[in-house]
Amino acid sequence: MSPETPPAALHCGAPAAAPTSPRRAVTPREDLARGFWRENPVLIQLLGLCPTLAVTNTVANSIVMALATFGVLVGSSLLVSTFKRWIPNEVRITSYILIIATFVTIAEMVLQALVPDIYKALGPFVALIVVNCIILGRQEAFAGRNPVGRSVLDAVGMGIGFTIALLIMGSVREVLGSGTFLGVSLFGPRYEPWVVMILPPGGFFTLAFVLLAIAWWTQRKAVRAKAAEPRALAAAERAA
Amino acid sequence: MNHSHGSQTGGVAAPSAPAEVKPQRLLATLGLAGALAGVLLVIAYGVTLPTIEANRQRELEAAINVVLKGPERYEALYVVNGALTAKAPDGVDPRKLERVYLGYGAGGRRIGFALVAAEPGFQDTVKLIFGYDPGTKQLIGMTVLESKETPGLGDKIEKDAAFVGQFREARAPLVAVKKGKRSKPGDVETITGATISSKTVIRIINNALERLGPLVDAYPQEGKG
Repeated sequence: MSPETPPAALHCGAPAAAPTSPRRAVTPREDLARGFWRENPVLIQLLGLCPTLAVTNTVANSIVMALATFGVLVGSSLLVSTFKRWIPNEVRITSYILIIATFVTIAEMVLQALVPDIYKALGPFVALIVVNCIILGRQEAFAGRNPVGRSVLDAVGMGIGFTIALLIMGSVREVLGSGTFLGVSLFGPRYEPWVVMILPPGGFFTLAFVLLAIAWWTQRKAVRAKAAEPRALAAAERAA
Repeated sequence: MNHSHGSQTGGVAAPSAPAEVKPQRLLATLGLAGALAGVLLVIAYGVTLPTIEANRQRELEAAINVVLKGPERYEALYVVNGALTAKAPDGVDPRKLERVYLGYGAGGRRIGFALVAAEPGFQDTVKLIFGYDPGTKQLIGMTVLESKETPGLGDKIEKDAAFVGQFREARAPLVAVKKGKRSKPGDVETITGATISSKTVIRIINNALERLGPLVDAYPQEGKG
């Protein structure tokens, strides 16, 4: 995890620590790329777990859910950062929720018109985007206190990060649980699908193994960096 | 989630205002934002509604096509005062009336009625449509319109071709039997692991026929009524 974001600051609605402080100029690329991996909203910040567990039983559902959340997040961040000057501090959360809820309702109608089958499959989880912590969290931690351009970049980055996480979950679960990818059969008719993977427990199993893999990878990186430290020091001393 | 947290520790969101904000201003802000949101929603609703209704219509037509085995044409009949009528009574919104659909084959021959019915299933309400021929008392076909039954188990009531196929030419009333025990023309084998969902489908059809069957039987043939 990055030193800029102590774990304590990672719960919903809490202000993110360093990225907003003006100590060091942040490049637009950093604003954008932060959400992909290093501060991935699902895999690192562990936000938005409800849709991550609930609607990732097929890749198509995951994609539509991710796109809907992406649209709501970017739209909300744009409006919140544009109007933050006129939103009194006392009612800012209410205003954020109002803006988010408007976008979610629009997203709901658009999905119902464009992809009615998937809209049906997503059930109540489209409406529940309103209470997705990733969205409210980004408004409170970022869009409410940063310029429009940076806020939109941040929202796009976080939205892509959410999409990445949902795609990982959806791919694993659909491939194992149905033997298909986007509805295309992968292993032929003799494959006996692990039905449990598309049921709720499968969501927990998949998330656990994904998080385990990330923790293992992060730890390995840290250990290697530590092992490299004395060697680098010694080399510097020798050079001096 | 502690949302007051931000204002206590940081308060960065409102850089210029440590002073109390007047309640009128708070009300005005929220009122204005609410009004704007309302306008946006009305616009979005107006833009998407035709597509959404067209989707529903197409879905219904496809379903009728399946359960009546491709009728030449069909007409909607309204359930009014315990009888079927082709015309909704004056002053009543026809969209609010329960409907059944009467399908015609080649040469205007009646194929049967498509009936829509819904009842609680294992997870949530299961809504289905089935074709019924009052002449032979046989079903023509069944398809599920809406269900949230367990993926991989209960959702076989719509995806399992063997289960769905049993409703073709099944004689009403239907009886649920275990797999491999089918002997009479009204028997329907339940799906292993999805007994409740399977029985729900059977119950919905039986109840709908009990309720709507007499109405369908009483609907006059052309030329007679």
